[in-house]
Amino acid sequence: MAVTREPGDRTDAAPDETVQLLMRIRRYNPELRADPWWDEFTVDVEPTDRILDALHEVKWHHDGTLALRRSCAHGICGSDAMLINGVNRLACKVLVKDVMPKVTVEPIRGLTPLKDLIVDMEPFFAGYRSVLPFLINDEGEPDRERKQSPEERERYDDTTKCILCAACTTSCPIFWGDEEYVGPAAIVNAHRFIFDSRDRADRERLKVLSEKTGVFRCRTTFNCTEACPRGIKVTRAIQDVKRAILFDRY
Amino acid sequence: MATRTDEPAGRPMEPGPGTGRGLGANRTGRDRPVGGFELWSWLFMRVSGLLLLFLAVGHVLIMHVIDEGVERVDFAFVQLRWGSPFWRTWDWLLLTFALIHGVNGLRVIVLDYVRRPGARFVLNWFFYLTGTVLFFLGTVIVFTFDPSAWPATS
Repeated sequence: MAVTREPGDRTDAAPDETVQLLMRIRRYNPELRADPWWDEFTVDVEPTDRILDALHEVKWHHDGTLALRRSCAHGICGSDAMLINGVNRLACKVLVKDVMPKVTVEPIRGLTPLKDLIVDMEPFFAGYRSVLPFLINDEGEPDRERKQSPEERERYDDTTKCILCAACTTSCPIFWGDEEYVGPAAIVNAHRFIFDSRDRADRERLKVLSEKTGVFRCRTTFNCTEACPRGIKVTRAIQDVKRAILFDRY
Repeated sequence: MATRTDEPAGRPMEPGPGTGRGLGANRTGRDRPVGGFELWSWLFMRVSGLLLLFLAVGHVLIMHVIDEGVERVDFAFVQLRWGSPFWRTWDWLLLTFALIHGVNGLRVIVLDYVRRPGARFVLNWFFYLTGTVLFFLGTVIVFTFDPSAWPATS
């Protein structure tokens, strides 16, 4: 699934063809039942539709009580990360034709489900906030922009791509076991500033990340790298941070 | 920049000690490195892992593979082998590194998968104490083993 295609590649999709997709969705509503349950829906969709469109079809025409998060629907806002056929993906980036004829959709793991596909993201954002994910520079406001060479920019280019969808953090077995662990996404966003030549708070971030809940909890299982919908080399970024702490060089 | 009250311990806008230019201005390593216990624990696991590969595989080869393997291991064999300080040192290093590596590994697993602080405390101390007792017993044997104390068997 999740085959990468060039823009405009519709060669194997017949136009206006409608197919039936069987959707198996993990539901949860603490006001109705104490435990989660599975619902099945058969929806009429086009092969080039996305799983998000199929979920809309369910919500708009089959069962309006289905709860899910989505905003931009184009892979940028990071709202609709979910477990699709057992792997963390953005529902707006997986095409129906790549999962035909049936698909299983569950909430992302390791965070407390609130309702259906919506989970409590607070532990995720607590980890994110703990690494001070913003530019810190107390050298006074410059008259012009803070200049940076292309080489300096290149050092953290990969980690600027994060959209905070939590696909990496909620695929991490360490985070499943202990949500005190800051998680891959927080480390990626720390990396983005630690290796930014304009930033001056590297030590503060590295101190946070060298604690018991920091980078040394990582077991390099690469789940995060596999899950990232933006193709960030997450495990590599984590190793960069470990190396920065080990050699005290960044 | 405004100070945010919901941030953790770090105080980002406070100037760093002695740099005169604020946080992170010092990249030359004059400050103490940031890494603490978790860094050294992590590094120890990697270094001791490599050493154990050498020590443990060597041990297995000598005790179980070379010549007739385990069939030839008896009191006389141990006596002969431990007649040399080299093999006593080898075995003591194997004991030491295996115990610290193993107990630290268990500590990390407890950190990962045991949520209740009380259970964490009990399990960790059980492993620390067991490790210490085993280390003590092994060390006593390695350093005090004297074949002449068992005349009937030698």
